[in-house]
Amino acid sequence: MESPSVTVNGRTVPLDAVAPHTSALDWLRGEGLTGAKEGCAEGECGACSVLVARPGITTPTEWTPLNACLMPAASLDGQEVMTAEGLGTAKDLHPVQREMAVRGGSQCGYCTPGFVCSMAAEYYRPGRCAHNGDPGAASGGDHHDGEHGPNGFDLHALSGNLCRCTGYRPIRDAAYALGEPGQDDPYAARADQAPPAPRATRVVVDDAAFVRPVDLTETFALLAERPDAALVAGSTDWGVEVNLRGTRAPLTVAIDRLPELRTFEVTDEHVEIGAALSLTEVERRLDGRVPLLDQMFPQFASRLIRNGATLGGNLGTGSPIGDTPPALLALDAVVVLASADGERQVALADYFTGYRQSVRQTGEIIRAVRVPLPLARLTAFHKIAKRRFDDISSVAVGFALDVEDGVVRRARIGLGGIAATPIRALRTEEALTGQPWRDDVVRRAAEVMSREGTPLDDHRASSAYRAAMLGQFLLKLYAESPSPQEVPA
Amino acid sequence: MSALSERPANPVVGLSMPHESAAGHVTGEALYTDDLVLRSHRVLHAHPVQAPHAHARITALRTEPAYDVPGVVRVLTAADVPGVNDAGVKHDEPLFPDEVMFHGHAVCWVLAETLEAARLGAAAVDVDYEPLPSLVTVREAIEADSFQGGQPHLERGDVGSAFDAAEHVFSGEFEFSGQEHFYLETHCSLAQVDENGQVFVQCSTQHPSETQEIVAHVLGLHSHEVTVQCLRMGGAFGGKEMQPHGYAAIAALGATLTGRPVRLRLNRTQDMTMSGKRHGFHARWRVGFDADGRFQALDATLTSDGGWSLDLSEPVLARALCHLDNSYWIPNVRANGRVAKTHKTSQTAFRGFGGPQGMLVIEDILGRCAPLLGIEPDELRARNLYRPGHTTPYGQPVGHPERLHAAWEQVLASGDFAARTQEIARFNAAHAHTKRGLAITPVKFGISFNLTAFNQAGALVHVYKDGSVLINHGGTEMGQGLHTKMTQVAATALGVPLAKVRLAPTRTDKVPNTSATAASSGADLNGAAIKNACEQIRERLAQVAATRLGVSPADVRFSDGEVHAVAFSGERVSWEEIVHAAYFQRVQLFAAAFYRTEDLHWDSSVMHGEPFKYFAYGVAASEVEVDGFTGANTLRRVDIVHDVGESLSPLIDIGQVEGAFVQGAGWLTLEDLRWDESDGPGRGRLLTQAASTYKLPSFSEMPAEFNVALLQHAPEEGAVYGSKAVGEPPLMLAFSVREALRQAVAAFGPAGTSVDLASPATPEAVWWAVQQARRSVEHGHVAEGSPGVVPDQPAADAHEYEPESERVQHQLSRT
Repeated sequence: MESPSVTVNGRTVPLDAVAPHTSALDWLRGEGLTGAKEGCAEGECGACSVLVARPGITTPTEWTPLNACLMPAASLDGQEVMTAEGLGTAKDLHPVQREMAVRGGSQCGYCTPGFVCSMAAEYYRPGRCAHNGDPGAASGGDHHDGEHGPNGFDLHALSGNLCRCTGYRPIRDAAYALGEPGQDDPYAARADQAPPAPRATRVVVDDAAFVRPVDLTETFALLAERPDAALVAGSTDWGVEVNLRGTRAPLTVAIDRLPELRTFEVTDEHVEIGAALSLTEVERRLDGRVPLLDQMFPQFASRLIRNGATLGGNLGTGSPIGDTPPALLALDAVVVLASADGERQVALADYFTGYRQSVRQTGEIIRAVRVPLPLARLTAFHKIAKRRFDDISSVAVGFALDVEDGVVRRARIGLGGIAATPIRALRTEEALTGQPWRDDVVRRAAEVMSREGTPLDDHRASSAYRAAMLGQFLLKLYAESPSPQEVPA
Repeated sequence: MSALSERPANPVVGLSMPHESAAGHVTGEALYTDDLVLRSHRVLHAHPVQAPHAHARITALRTEPAYDVPGVVRVLTAADVPGVNDAGVKHDEPLFPDEVMFHGHAVCWVLAETLEAARLGAAAVDVDYEPLPSLVTVREAIEADSFQGGQPHLERGDVGSAFDAAEHVFSGEFEFSGQEHFYLETHCSLAQVDENGQVFVQCSTQHPSETQEIVAHVLGLHSHEVTVQCLRMGGAFGGKEMQPHGYAAIAALGATLTGRPVRLRLNRTQDMTMSGKRHGFHARWRVGFDADGRFQALDATLTSDGGWSLDLSEPVLARALCHLDNSYWIPNVRANGRVAKTHKTSQTAFRGFGGPQGMLVIEDILGRCAPLLGIEPDELRARNLYRPGHTTPYGQPVGHPERLHAAWEQVLASGDFAARTQEIARFNAAHAHTKRGLAITPVKFGISFNLTAFNQAGALVHVYKDGSVLINHGGTEMGQGLHTKMTQVAATALGVPLAKVRLAPTRTDKVPNTSATAASSGADLNGAAIKNACEQIRERLAQVAATRLGVSPADVRFSDGEVHAVAFSGERVSWEEIVHAAYFQRVQLFAAAFYRTEDLHWDSSVMHGEPFKYFAYGVAASEVEVDGFTGANTLRRVDIVHDVGESLSPLIDIGQVEGAFVQGAGWLTLEDLRWDESDGPGRGRLLTQAASTYKLPSFSEMPAEFNVALLQHAPEEGAVYGSKAVGEPPLMLAFSVREALRQAVAAFGPAGTSVDLASPATPEAVWWAVQQARRSVEHGHVAEGSPGVVPDQPAADAHEYEPESERVQHQLSRT
């Protein structure tokens, strides 16, 4: 096994004696690259954003911005990283840096290197400037609206970066002023080369280990040996646990690059989504095939988080306020669990058994999620949060209804944030099924829906508001859905 | 024009310049305090032991277990303090407490080789607590009569008779939340003892001189034995005016005891649970209007939630009372203030410094009363705006009120206010589930520290033999662009290109006894001092040049790096040549300067005087859209005209206006400080103590359309190069967002609905307000007639309001 190392700004740096809990941010800063800052240590502010060369979809490699505070430094073994220092210098600014500097995009400057990295990734996004739009960008491509610039810049690219000084307008103007990368742009050229391959890694410091297994077989062997091992893919939850709660797992196993967990397959019966694909990859590979998920993605945390976070992770942590479960419950999704003994499938509706508990057994990992086809025609994802971008939901609902000839033939409604686990709104589904899609029916069903679950009172929302929102979401869906005769056949 | 405000030909001030560190910001090359750790060797890391009680007595503190953790070097406790065990200037905030006063209070600090070891060491420290009863909310404190500090009282006219004569009398109650600063860079200090035995503290502080004083008194040293440097801050917003001192003192104490550099950087959770915030307030008010909606009388009692110690609560409260009028003429006023003592973090300065809180009360009153008076809110506000000849309730003439009116008219016109109001009425009539609102609100903000003594500044300017210029001043850079403006001032005053001027980091051994960079006064005070220093040098150089050019010194001009005679097309000599010649003629090429703001006087014991050099004005109109299903809302368009005098640096000033506006909108509509108010074991704990639970504005809160203009032709006579302060005033332009939300909510109810809107007006709060409006509940939240809600009057034994610093001044003036 090669000794672990990372290529940072074109220079190979040994990852000597880096503890498994050390974040990429702390490691980079310890190496003297202090441009990336710690603002929150939980992936909320983006001040630590750096670019990582990841396998791309339209080009072999894509510079992917990620929160360095959430990544184990050891997970970067064999990878390539670019920081704000690497993009340009004060005497030779990168185009993104130049626009940010001259337009007043920085005031205190503390968040700025992170903004620069997030913005640079969008600057290099393949097809950003194309007038026919980027077929991979489900959020709409190149039209100029409240969230897109005339240059195709998607503001959601900056949804995971917080600035406390500027009020964002000059940063938006800098983003919208960017042209296309030049012919001789080295970073764009790098995207046309193959991405760094994943490298089997084993780092042991004191009694703790970080391992990137070579394959699934080794993964199962590790799990058999240490059932308490922490599995990480996007590590967006791992980082919070380590930084804010002081969790120090004896063994951390990175599974995000295992090919079995990175499948994407569309058949007549289902869409299979590998559990370790990042949500950004899922969004782009789906390419609009599942409208309900397309509504959910932009509301799921931020682009910085979606670049790391996975479906497997969101289901695996079992949080009752995860955003994918309500949508996946409405889609009747199935979880594919794999172990040394083979695979089994569990309906997501049967998957959760209690607060952060599930039917997943020791030694099992989530390999993929399957969404059955055909899809229901009337779907929606509604989420309540204090902030529109990058916030945790206080309530989230996924709707998938089949309305034919003005009658609800089938209803699936997934709820998050109102019970110890994500749940289906079974009584509401029953109140709708077989009934006319009509004002009075919907009103009655909304009453039923607002009594689903046992919502909590906390700092995000009162229980009364959460309960009320359930019914309101159904009323909103009805008000905003086409009238029965207009429901497309 | 005064000499201070007059600009020479071809000034460098007034040009749009990017931030002087912009290239460093975007490349990550600009260094902040915590980026310096690698430059020192054998640095120790500090971690606090935080108490898990809102109020408790410490009955035992056993530090030995921490020493069993590998890497732990030292645990700092009260016994280690050689000087005064206090982190403040009022001696009410022990650095190492024996009584825990809020949940998360640091009881001791662990120093270790790594942060990880310090964290584990802190977890190993064993503390016994005896829990004591606690007061967590401002209402609990009011009921328990728990107050601290002086209680200011401001009165003008005859409130009683005015209420008797008023056509309409309304009264009500209003409680609103504070705000977390959430500077992106948390508190950070790096302390060491230098090769000369000097204690050297690099600190993210707005007030290096006070940090120096407190480090000195904790260490039992004199100020000349301690140097504090602030390179730059990653945001501060008032949160680093008073709060950094204790952390700097801990780091310095550790450095002197161990002989090693000590780094103390709070992580976000520590910063949020330990450092002070904007004060939340409670208000009871009574207001009288005449038949046309003109204010006749206001009686209000404001109670700020001060937290566990006084900190800056008294001056914050004073400014709140001084801004209760916002921009409105109220002939008869009685305002009382008091600071509640609660078991929470010690609340502190935050952009606006009480001004926003005072103004929020009057804007809330107007928003609630307009429908009851049957007058459109914009009309009601316009009718009450200050006019020429008016004075504030504390006796200061309102200077240039015509500028306020000009800004108002400009916003109405450029914002197409009348047409959009009609368009919104049509939209609202056509949409049952979505409503829009458009509101316009003014700002008048007094510039200068309320306390006269703080309005002073110093500068030290060096011209080197090669003609390059190095400026030092007492102000700190927190992102507001002060250093950019100061280099522009120096370049203008010396008549050299900007590239000739370099600015040195703020250090207490360069310019002593400085005031905090606060109260929006940084450019006014330090700019005037720098200008003065530069002019001393320029006058000396003029003598040299006069001989050379064969003209009178009065006829020598300095411009763009050249020196020439006025109105002569004759010889032009380079700046460098004159400087070089001056050196050989033994002319002093450096100067120290001092500035004090003239014509200020203030007596806070009667809350009367002219505490402000001038007022900054601004007007904003905001349009929002509210979703009736959820209360979710969007900010569709904002139009602002703001008065910065003659701008020193337009790009910087517009950045300040926009940033302050969005920050203000965050305070009023989004940012939600929640404390555990239950009687459970977590009582007093800050529940929103992380970025994941405390949400500040992100890109999604930026107005879709954001038009910001600076008021033209508005030079300020009393400030450097005719400019005005800009840091704080525009924050209060965000009232327009809250009032627009109120109007959109009202549109869900019958015409004339008066809306009681919580602050912050989160989506949930907006939704509840919509529910109330739909049910067209009687306006139970506003009492009509007498007696209604009666504001509390001060108790007979209430402390007289006269802050310590002012008491000193009064004693001096009496002797």
